[in-house]
Amino acid sequence: MRESQVKRTPSEPLLQRIVKILLDRREASLVILLAIMLVPIVARSPQFLSLDNINRILNDISILSIVAIGEFFVILSNGIDLTVGSIIAFSGMASGMLNEAYPNVPVVLILLLGIGIGAAMGSLNGLLVAYGKIPPIITTLGTMSIYRGMTFVLSKGTWVTAHEMTTTFIGFPRRTFLGISALIWMAVIVIALTYYFSRHTRPGREIYAIGGNATAAKFVGVNEKRTRFMVFVISGTLFGFAGSLWTARYASAVNEMATGFEMQAVAACVLGGVNFAGGAGAIPGVVLGALFLGVLNNALPVVYLSTFYQTLVQGMVVLLALIINTVVDQRKTRKLLAQRRAR
Amino acid sequence: MEGRELAFKNALDAQHAGIVAIHQEASMFLELSVTENIFMGHHLRHPKTKRLDGKGMRERTRELLDQLELSIDGDTLVKNLSVAQRHMVEIAKALSLHAKIVIMDEPTSALTTREVEDLYRIVRQLRAEGRAIIFISHKFEEIFQICDYFTVLRDGQYIGEGFIKDTTTDRIIRMMIGRNIDHMFPKKDPKIGEEILTVENLSQLGAFQDVSFSLHKGEILGFFGLVGAGRSEVMRTIFGIDRRSGGTVRIDGKPFVPKGPHEAMAKGIGFVPEDRQRQGVILSMSIGNNITIVQLDSLCKMGITNAKRELEVTRTYGEKMEIKAAGWHVDADTLSGGNQQKVVLAKWIGTNPRILILDEPTKGIDVATKAAVHEFVSEMASQGIAVMLVSSELPEILGMSDRVVVMHEGDVTAIFEREELQEEAIMRAALGETKEARRA
Repeated sequence: MRESQVKRTPSEPLLQRIVKILLDRREASLVILLAIMLVPIVARSPQFLSLDNINRILNDISILSIVAIGEFFVILSNGIDLTVGSIIAFSGMASGMLNEAYPNVPVVLILLLGIGIGAAMGSLNGLLVAYGKIPPIITTLGTMSIYRGMTFVLSKGTWVTAHEMTTTFIGFPRRTFLGISALIWMAVIVIALTYYFSRHTRPGREIYAIGGNATAAKFVGVNEKRTRFMVFVISGTLFGFAGSLWTARYASAVNEMATGFEMQAVAACVLGGVNFAGGAGAIPGVVLGALFLGVLNNALPVVYLSTFYQTLVQGMVVLLALIINTVVDQRKTRKLLAQRRAR
Repeated sequence: MEGRELAFKNALDAQHAGIVAIHQEASMFLELSVTENIFMGHHLRHPKTKRLDGKGMRERTRELLDQLELSIDGDTLVKNLSVAQRHMVEIAKALSLHAKIVIMDEPTSALTTREVEDLYRIVRQLRAEGRAIIFISHKFEEIFQICDYFTVLRDGQYIGEGFIKDTTTDRIIRMMIGRNIDHMFPKKDPKIGEEILTVENLSQLGAFQDVSFSLHKGEILGFFGLVGAGRSEVMRTIFGIDRRSGGTVRIDGKPFVPKGPHEAMAKGIGFVPEDRQRQGVILSMSIGNNITIVQLDSLCKMGITNAKRELEVTRTYGEKMEIKAAGWHVDADTLSGGNQQKVVLAKWIGTNPRILILDEPTKGIDVATKAAVHEFVSEMASQGIAVMLVSSELPEILGMSDRVVVMHEGDVTAIFEREELQEEAIMRAALGETKEARRA
């Protein structure tokens, strides 16, 4: 092994080394952009970085992070899951209705119901994709309507409002432990577990393998069908969990809830450096992507941008971030090629 | 060029200057017709209406194809052409561009002998018309048959040049490997043990039929044939990737019907596939993860990976294969082809295989790595591993094998013992000539 080629000379200044390490990471450009974006915002309104507001942003992105991580595993396997909003809606509606009908059922069971519903719906997606060999985008385009339709059928078109639910249920996301809300804790737990899963377990490794090169993975005995099935179960489970949390946090369950939320989830992944073709990406990037979207959503009203412009600006900033990502990526590729030639 | 100094921004620029490259794996529009492919990027326009001139292009295509004496219809979709025909269309395109210089990158690698003859004929024709041809190849026969002048490059460096008529194969080989030819095939004295794999009448509909042979411990069994002979398909079936339609495979005398590669792996079979980039390495994964992925069974406890042991395994086998890289954590796509192949080999040795299948293990890799791979294969065999070596390179087969199975269009046409190995007889069997004789 020629370690000499990797080791950098110790005389190199520390700052330069840090910059280099940052540039080596796909997520790096996002951190830099986030910092650049914060400058005018904080200049306009210094309270933006107050503990209160940071807490608000983190609460806002908790559900998005959980959902984006679910989407991450599917994209990592070179798939896509469009059922984000629909599973959230069905699970959220079911959670709200359960709470309304049986106020005594503990919150934990409501969450488990959401998780169970999500897992079941994700399994159906997974079965169709892995064993029915239907492309993920087609499969989830279909089930997305089916699940949303099921929500309407379940609720018979009505919704569950705040006063129909127990204060225990709708109050629990705001309950704090060590000064941090339960909602944020949920996200932290999901992030920690999935991070460990993706990096240190065999199934996690196999998802990377299938997404990177399904043929080569098959040639070394990775069970492609099982792995593809699994990613949809994971994503469905997380979406279902997010559905229960959504109803509790927003204290209502409506049929149209979380419509179009899949786009936010995909955006968080792509912003976080997840390769859309599969095989590359990591949980910290996804969380960073969600954080980026959260800061953006939170900041636009602060800088007195009219609501009419907010969506427009959001789209532009996301696109800009992606362009920077791509440029950094291409530079890295060129550097690698040059290195390879030099060897 | 022609005394002027030129720097091309892109392929189109070069084309305008009269240089056209024909790539190793033809880059064509499969869903479009031959005519459309030929005129892609420089469509003919009607002189008056300025619209695309379909009729004119079709006529011109006809002329070009006639000029090359090809019986291809200009309206055929390219996806319905054979690889050889696609090459010819690319050449026709080069003609349509009035190319002064045609670059051919390993043009014969996917062609059958007869198709190669066609290609030679066209190359000679182009030369007679006064065009210059840069013919990139690693096959000596074709260099000596078709070229006038040669340049040797090794590892991106210029080594030498000269007139073909003034040189010999040995001299060029020495330039290519930078050492003497005797070391090219480090054949060790084989210690052939008991039979480990028995294949009887193995068949797969449409790919191969009634394939029978046996494999012994410590033996290198060569598989020779032309492209499309069904060798890779036999290997894939034994490894459990494809299903068989008939016949039996026995390992240690016990019937073996794998449901998938994992069962073959459990029996101690390793498989280095033909297409390194598509089937061998996972480019987006690190060298380490590529090497350990085949043995996660033993490296994981309850599905949890062990980073320390993984690094140990990676280092052990990566160093054994002398992989050159900036670190074990770097992605495989940063490696050269030869080093990627070493990663694939390191991966399989790590599993301590009893049977190792090598499908074109030296295809497309540089001469030095090739020599390293050959040495490694001999060493594996001397340790008692049974090796099946599929190769389309006759010298490799002759140099490495203890016995050779020759296939032609899905049939085993001959099995040669080492003493009987002779180029001509093998080639004849690969061309199916012995088969005809046997049938008659």
